[in-house]
Amino acid sequence: MSYIIKGETGDWEVVIGLEVHAQVISKSKLFSGASAEFGASPNEHVSFIDAGMPGMLPVINERCVEQAVRTGLGLKAKINQRSVFARKNYFYADMPQGYQISQYDQPIVGEGTLILDMPDGATRAIGIERLHLEQDAGKSVHDLSPTKTMIDLNRSGVPLMEIVSKPDLRSPEEAGLYLKKLRSILRYLGTCDGNMEEGSMRCDANVSVRPVGSTDLRTRCEIKNVNSVRFVMMAIEHEAMRHVDVYESGGKIDQETRLYDSNKNETRTMRSKEMAHDYRYFPDPDLLPLEFDDAFVAKIKSTLPELPDDKKARFISAYGLSAYDAGVLVAEQDNALYFEEVANGRDAKLANNWVTSNLFGVLNARNVPITESPVSAKNLGRLLDLIADNTLSTRLAKEAFEIMVETGKDADTVVTERGMKQITDTGAIDAAIDQIIAANADKVEQYRAGKVQLIGWFTGQVMKATQGQAAPALCQELLKKKLEV
Amino acid sequence: MSLDKATIRRVATLARIEVPDAELEATATKLSGILSWIAQLSEVNTDDVLPMSGGTDLKLPWRADVINDGGIVDKVLANAPEAQDGFFSVPKVVE
Repeated sequence: MSYIIKGETGDWEVVIGLEVHAQVISKSKLFSGASAEFGASPNEHVSFIDAGMPGMLPVINERCVEQAVRTGLGLKAKINQRSVFARKNYFYADMPQGYQISQYDQPIVGEGTLILDMPDGATRAIGIERLHLEQDAGKSVHDLSPTKTMIDLNRSGVPLMEIVSKPDLRSPEEAGLYLKKLRSILRYLGTCDGNMEEGSMRCDANVSVRPVGSTDLRTRCEIKNVNSVRFVMMAIEHEAMRHVDVYESGGKIDQETRLYDSNKNETRTMRSKEMAHDYRYFPDPDLLPLEFDDAFVAKIKSTLPELPDDKKARFISAYGLSAYDAGVLVAEQDNALYFEEVANGRDAKLANNWVTSNLFGVLNARNVPITESPVSAKNLGRLLDLIADNTLSTRLAKEAFEIMVETGKDADTVVTERGMKQITDTGAIDAAIDQIIAANADKVEQYRAGKVQLIGWFTGQVMKATQGQAAPALCQELLKKKLEV
Repeated sequence: MSLDKATIRRVATLARIEVPDAELEATATKLSGILSWIAQLSEVNTDDVLPMSGGTDLKLPWRADVINDGGIVDKVLANAPEAQDGFFSVPKVVE
């Protein structure tokens, strides 16, 4: 499904590349022993290194190297066993060194691939250009004083992975899918928590447009500071429209950095990067090249979990699920784990329905993760067993499920306490039917005269008389027998 | 290699070093001299030599992922011209 902008002069397509900054899960910072944890009081997690004090030397955190390699392996990417840290020079109040330690022409991870799961079940491969390690900057707080800016360096030196895609994305929707998939992979790997709201995953979007059929890349603009998947999609949509308008009115696009304002749904020029863009990268003389051997990579590779793409393929082949359903289940590792526990040895499609509609409905309404589900996978599985052995009708099972959600009790307890067993004893149902037929002679006559849809009404009456516990299929069968003599 | 006055002005701006107009010419001459002196290195044939980061066989030291630093707000702020509530306080930065 292609995304086309209808302009006055013709059709345009949008070309998008994303740069994602993902905070590496580690205890301490990339080059210092200060804590990398979020949310401490100002400058509490700051060492002399992070504060850019003269004479301090950075020392690489081995955990961060492992995490970068692990992420590279998860993205099926080339691992560079020799990479180089470089200084990216610019001045800003919250960057005390006057440069950011990053990687430039020799990153730790090279080209890889990320598979998009399209809503129609199809897939599309998006190229990864590179992944490199770098330090985060500190934080400027502008609203505490009318005349001063307050600087907190807690984030200064926090390890980031910058993951750069190739300009392969063609619609805001694809950009959204890319971010969700990347987040899913990072969370599976345990290398980033993927929390965009807290800033542990941030996204810059490079956007340009070109006439449909053209293959050259036009001037792009970089949109910074977008902190949710939805806003990234909206910002791209807006920016692409702006480019089309500029071109069609005879103007030209300047390469620049723009800020997205989610309140106004517009982008605006952030600053002229004419000067700022001249970063004068050079190899950091404080750091020797980062090197490791095959054994280091192999050891990390041996600890990789089953990743979303593989898990999805297995769910399709082993459980007979649709690509879409499998995609929904594997997006979060905990959901996939829960589903497998329920589906194991049972009807997988029934398990999928109960997990993705009934259970997810409850979790969404309560806004709790599946790990805090009021109904455990074991208990939901037992409920499905009670449907399978005809103890419960689907209707009774839904009632039992609601009670399980409210009370946290297991299925057997709920069924026993509430006497919910489905009545499959024909004698008991027959008695109820006879009573209803005797009391509603007019309806019986109408039914026999051809108004067969009244069967629904009769069934309802029988269910009512048996407190909803008659097996509905059995009930209809017996009713038909009696009504059609 | 010879640097012109415009380049000197630009480099000075990027490095936040003030170079008065009157000194641009002299600075250009001095920096050009340094560059041509360094440029002599390009006379050496390095065709089959791998890039190196030093004259010795040193390896990049790694550290374990443990928290053993930080928690020294007072020391970090000790030399700050101005501080407030644990923050560095600087002239308003307007984006």
